[in-house]
Amino acid sequence: MGRVRVLGLAAAAALLLALPFITDAALGHGWVRILDFALLYVLLALGLNIVVGYAGLLDLGYVAFFAVGAYCYGLLASPHFDMHWPLWVLLPMGAMLAASFGVLLGTPTLGLRGDYLAIVTLGFGEIIRIFLNNLNTPVNITNGPQGVNLIDPLRIGPWSLGQVHHLAGFDIPIVVNIYFLFLLGVLFAMLLSYRLEHSRIGRAWAAIREDEIAAASMGLHTRNLKLLAFAMGASFGGLSGGLFAGFQGFVSPESFTLQESVMILCMVVLGGMGNIAGVVLGAVLLSVLPEALRAAGSLQQDLLGRVWVDPSNLRMLLFGLALVLMMLLRPEGLLPARARQRELHG
Amino acid sequence: MDIFLQQLVNGLTLGSIYALVALGYTMVYGIMELINFAHGEVVMVGALVALTVIQALSSQGCPVPLAVLAGVLAAMAICMVLGLMIERVAYRPLRRAPKLAPLITAIGLSIVLQQLAALIWGRGYLSFPAVLPPVSMAWGGVIITAIQGVIVVLAGLIMAGLLVLVQKTALGRAMRATAQNPAVAQLMGVNTDRVIALTFVLGSALAAVAGVMVVAYYNVGHYTMGFMLGLKAFTAAVLGGIGNLPGAMLGGLLLGVVEALGAGYIGDLTGGFFGSNYKDVFAFMVLIGVLVFHPNGLLGSRAQEKV
Repeated sequence: MGRVRVLGLAAAAALLLALPFITDAALGHGWVRILDFALLYVLLALGLNIVVGYAGLLDLGYVAFFAVGAYCYGLLASPHFDMHWPLWVLLPMGAMLAASFGVLLGTPTLGLRGDYLAIVTLGFGEIIRIFLNNLNTPVNITNGPQGVNLIDPLRIGPWSLGQVHHLAGFDIPIVVNIYFLFLLGVLFAMLLSYRLEHSRIGRAWAAIREDEIAAASMGLHTRNLKLLAFAMGASFGGLSGGLFAGFQGFVSPESFTLQESVMILCMVVLGGMGNIAGVVLGAVLLSVLPEALRAAGSLQQDLLGRVWVDPSNLRMLLFGLALVLMMLLRPEGLLPARARQRELHG
Repeated sequence: MDIFLQQLVNGLTLGSIYALVALGYTMVYGIMELINFAHGEVVMVGALVALTVIQALSSQGCPVPLAVLAGVLAAMAICMVLGLMIERVAYRPLRRAPKLAPLITAIGLSIVLQQLAALIWGRGYLSFPAVLPPVSMAWGGVIITAIQGVIVVLAGLIMAGLLVLVQKTALGRAMRATAQNPAVAQLMGVNTDRVIALTFVLGSALAAVAGVMVVAYYNVGHYTMGFMLGLKAFTAAVLGGIGNLPGAMLGGLLLGVVEALGAGYIGDLTGGFFGSNYKDVFAFMVLIGVLVFHPNGLLGSRAQEKV
């Protein structure tokens, strides 16, 4: 490794370590919370990137896997069933459960062509949500639309992340604890994605994405490989679901709508499908910008005398427009994968 | 038995609406092999436009039939323009792009349309004035309301008209030629750009009528109503064999009946474990089932994957 690169990495690490403290001091807990959510979205986007970016399969129901992970954690670590399983069991379990849901959905449907697959995954996402919404009668499993409350906070061994810690005279707030846990998750996911992309499997996915028939005739078992991509992507979703449930303290079906799936897809597409840095950028931008747009309401009040466009409307409106414009003007994304850029701009 | 017949009537009514929307999906797919993701939102726009116009006119003292007619025409006009715009913005520039691209622009457009509708009509549920007198016809134990009758008959007439258009007119021939092979159709002097645009316009007009039917049937409109309806209509199109017009009609009717019967009987069949709140699941089950076991649909021809 060159000296510049080492210095760059050290600077990035220092920045990432200092970021929550600086944010906390400058903008308050609220913004650190936003950073936490940004990291969670990065994790989700990295997972979807495996499915959409690497293997080229359009998944519009990705949030279902997120929901599976979240409910797995929520149900087994809350007073709802009076079970309080530890984090190191629940997180892998959520990831694995989500992966098996991925296989369950993928087995019958992965033979379908791209646009059919998109619709079926969309339907799958809705089915999961309908079940979560309604599985409270006659046997109360999911507690219906009210969701699961009082979920145990994330806890690593004796160290609960749900309380303020004192370290060398400093107070470390809850949101900062969470930040470091999520950061760890994201770094792990990035490393895994990077290794996957450059592995035999990653090259096989690229081959399938570019031309499935050619890939199959080279002897690749396309169906199993696509299933693997689905399961891998789903497991990222399950993992982030568990983290989400433990962080939030409650889960309800409302968090897992199609809009969420579309938003995660936007992150992947806008950032640059198939490129880790691009996906991270897309996720951070799209999760932080809407928060900035929240200020749009009061800004309109000041400038125009009344709130013309509701900020949450405005947010989705801009998302939609961004998707359209991006596809028309820069279909490879902000930070495109090299192969994709070549393909689109010869 | 009465319950069965009653659910059958309800299902056929719902199915006629699905069929009209499904035709829009199937026509576009037949010609371009693309799923027009924004089609459901066109239905929603048509419904809300008609609702507003009819409400405004009837509160001005305009006679009901005239108000309804004006509402339907306004909805059709706006939806046709909308369909044309969707084709221009989301599909035409991307005709040679990888398939993911138009799908994503269409999703983007459907979000934009939904949010614009939320801005114009608000986020609440809009109630539709009961324009048709609540007349009904009892037939044994089965009740058929006037609005159900109107929906089924009108949908039938429109579908028959569409079939004639596609089979007998010059435009229909051009559409069929473009669907078979756009390049050759172009060589034969068919203006394929125009044909594709007209297909979107036609589909959107049907969607507008379907939208008016939905608000008239349920007496309520909402800016998110297009999503589920669109999804179900797409399911209907796939069930009948996508790209096939009679297939979309058959698929729509079947799906409506399956849903109504399913919602009516699921409680009894599962011993009360699942209730009618699962009715939206049926459409997806049908969709996944068809795609897995018989992806060409009931009437679809065997599609050859192009290499």
